[in-house]
Amino acid sequence: MAPRVDEVKTYPVLDPARALTEPRWVRWVLIAVALSFIALFLLVPLAQVFASALDKGMGYYFNAVREPAALSAVKLTLVAAFFSVVFNSAFGLASAWAITKFRFPGKSLLITLIDLPFTVSPVVSGLIYVLLFGLQGLLGPWLKAHNLHIIFALPGIVLATVFVTFPFISRELIPLMQEQGSEEEEAAMVLGAGGRQIFWKVTLPNIQWGLLYGVILCNARAMGEFGAVSVVSGHIRGLTNTLPLHVEILYNEYDFTAAFAVASLLTFLAVLTLIAKTLVGLKYEKSRQTPAAQAESGIA
Amino acid sequence: MQKAYLYSAALLVVLGSAALASAQVTLLNVSYDPTRELYEDYDKVFADHWKKEKGQDVTINLSNGGSGKQARAIIDGLEADVATLGLAGDIDAIASKAKLLPGNWQSRLPHNSAPYTSAIVLLVRAGNPKHIKDWEDLARPDVSVITANPKTSGGARWNFLAAWGYALKKYGSEEKAREFVGKLYKNVAVLDSGARGSTTTFVERGIGDVLIAWENEAFLAVKELGKGKFEIVVPSASILAEPTVAWVDDNTQKHGTTEVAKAYLEYLYSKEGQEAVARNYYRPQDPKVAAKYAKQFPKIKLFTIDKVFGGWKKAQPAFFGDGGVFDQIYQPGK
Amino acid sequence: MKFKSTGILPGFGLTMGFTLAYLSLIVLIPLAALILKSTTLTWAQFVQEVTSPRVMASYKLTFGASLVGALINSVFGVIVAWVLVRYEFPGKKLVDAMVDLPFALPTAVAGITLTALYAPTGWIGRLLEPLGIPVAYTPLGVVVALTFIGLPFVVRTLQPVLESLDPEMEKAAVSLGAGRWYTVTRVILPTLAPAWITGSSLAFARAVGEYGSVVFIAGNMPMKTEITPLLIITKLEQYDYAGATSIGVVMLVISFTLLLAINWLQSRTGVHRIH
Repeated sequence: MAPRVDEVKTYPVLDPARALTEPRWVRWVLIAVALSFIALFLLVPLAQVFASALDKGMGYYFNAVREPAALSAVKLTLVAAFFSVVFNSAFGLASAWAITKFRFPGKSLLITLIDLPFTVSPVVSGLIYVLLFGLQGLLGPWLKAHNLHIIFALPGIVLATVFVTFPFISRELIPLMQEQGSEEEEAAMVLGAGGRQIFWKVTLPNIQWGLLYGVILCNARAMGEFGAVSVVSGHIRGLTNTLPLHVEILYNEYDFTAAFAVASLLTFLAVLTLIAKTLVGLKYEKSRQTPAAQAESGIA
Repeated sequence: MQKAYLYSAALLVVLGSAALASAQVTLLNVSYDPTRELYEDYDKVFADHWKKEKGQDVTINLSNGGSGKQARAIIDGLEADVATLGLAGDIDAIASKAKLLPGNWQSRLPHNSAPYTSAIVLLVRAGNPKHIKDWEDLARPDVSVITANPKTSGGARWNFLAAWGYALKKYGSEEKAREFVGKLYKNVAVLDSGARGSTTTFVERGIGDVLIAWENEAFLAVKELGKGKFEIVVPSASILAEPTVAWVDDNTQKHGTTEVAKAYLEYLYSKEGQEAVARNYYRPQDPKVAAKYAKQFPKIKLFTIDKVFGGWKKAQPAFFGDGGVFDQIYQPGK
Repeated sequence: MKFKSTGILPGFGLTMGFTLAYLSLIVLIPLAALILKSTTLTWAQFVQEVTSPRVMASYKLTFGASLVGALINSVFGVIVAWVLVRYEFPGKKLVDAMVDLPFALPTAVAGITLTALYAPTGWIGRLLEPLGIPVAYTPLGVVVALTFIGLPFVVRTLQPVLESLDPEMEKAAVSLGAGRWYTVTRVILPTLAPAWITGSSLAFARAVGEYGSVVFIAGNMPMKTEITPLLIITKLEQYDYAGATSIGVVMLVISFTLLLAINWLQSRTGVHRIH
């Protein structure tokens, strides 16, 4: 690296330091434009949430977030997020293993299908479960006869949440495991390790940060889902209202301050997510530089 | 029961749940938007009554939303024990589309299953800057009107029929009524999907000169969102809005709650029930309670949907069905 | 992306079986139910349903506003990404972390917040109102909401590409006598183009399906500010299952097509998607 830079410096054409960046005023203008855009679209809304939430003082705020309906919404939201993280992690690991460790026809179609829920409108995601499990739907009458409850109950809310967060972990792991290749697993295999051992001792340590990163994304989206859950929830106060639905209900009851108070809980969770994401992102970047990548650059 | 089913999903074992005592019964009341305050109040009244009468604890879960949306949820399998919706048309839909209760449900309780009524009134900003006195003024080109979408909101359907009924009487012909209501809807600035949404738009967001609203919503808006900021204008004639209630037979039989569901609705007609109704700005049916709260309600000439429109079974498809009158006259931007 | 595939590692049957079963149960079978339901209409009825004036108006708004939002994001997104990668300024880490806020913030919260901000009584709406620019309850409000939710995509797809840009390339350009403006417009931007398009299409695809943030700010007037996902809900609430599913199928086909295009772009350019 170093000698080449020297070579460049010997060219007398232009001052490279100046030619490799923009004039100071351009930099200032660009930074100002970027920061104004961020401020207008991100900072101001953030401030609005907390300002509206505290509109009627701390006492009102704490009452709003501590009332039983709000607490049960918190619980339901956490449960739904928990299940979607667990299910989608299992799916993410299995699909990434199958896709990156083996060759088979139709691989890119499979990847596209896994991605599909990302672009499907949340409303459609809710609708499909109503069509399937609703009383007028395909399985509705059978479910009713057997006293099983899917939509308007916890399983439906979990299903809709799992659907909208479906690709997040998988899409994080597939490129990562592709990048890392299979050499280490194969070496372990040659040394006599079994499948389970290979997974726990070799693969998982290599992808742990990527997995965690995917989990954070999945969790954030799961806690905030509105459209899909709204279609399948039934809006029973204290039973099937998630936090975002509770926000809507309070908003519809003219209780804007309480709506924003509960919204501020969600915003707080979002900010925590951003912090976690940034921290894990750093570790993740580092881990991607290690074994496989290093080996690759070594060869090169 | 509802709680039991929710938790019956094996998934939730992880979190554990409170065991339910056997001397307890749970009802699910699926209602429309503006009844939350009413039923929060009434549920306590009924729970006390039932405890005294039968020694059983009753828990009532409440679901609120737009009337049409709530009916749709019941049709799709939301296991409501009782449906307390904004208009008979929505309960008719449950009876006809999902067959969860008999077609003659409306004759099972007094007053056509309407334990309380309301009227459609106009809410304007303090001082009435646009001098809105009656329906007439809503068709003026300088007036901006807020109402919800009658295709999705029960309240908005009452609004539409109130204006139509007024015009029909005043001008004497269907065509004139159509022209008037067409003009009125041309003035609509925001067409929210629910009555609550349009109140928010008018009150909180400051859009529009006049809100067409349920009387109880208008009272509540004035009370909750700032006295002195709004005024209620009582039109010269309006429709008697009859929100209806029914127990959903299929679901109550399944839950074994028919008796308590029936009692829950019947008690709405009792003196205690009617008091709760009046406290929450709905017009009671009981003459004694009505007399007691008479001062609270403005006097309006009210016509009924049965007399002017031949009931919901006729009005619903003719006015709000696909390609119906509303679709014909409502063409925004023209 | 080259990788060595071998048949020697275990677990293909197990992982593939689980992948397909889970994919089918959660995604494919329910989507098939949607398509199946729409076949209760004849083709002519279906076409009539999905091309009626009100539905057409909703497509126009949904796709138009999504496009404008994606364009705004593609312009500002490249500036934000550039500034974050190339320049130093106080608070940079914070700004970098904040870019993901629209992704992490629930759409309903975004909806009520943007409405509160841009309503005539809100902090921003109050400033725009005297200028005669109403935002809330107009198509402009829909654009604002869709710009908000699409914001991270362009920035996050461009960032890694900008970071991994070979500095030698710029130096070579300079050594050949290119000025900065020429280097940026003729050397750097063309290399960014695939990622740029990918990021913008992701923002667009996400915006097309968006519901939560838009319904609060749009005002939801048929023919004017009613987005297609809301129309599906409206049809559903009128017990019009066939109508709701027909429009749902159209949305599904469009999102699938968009996705194929995006994945094709990605596979050609090796851009790693962030969300």
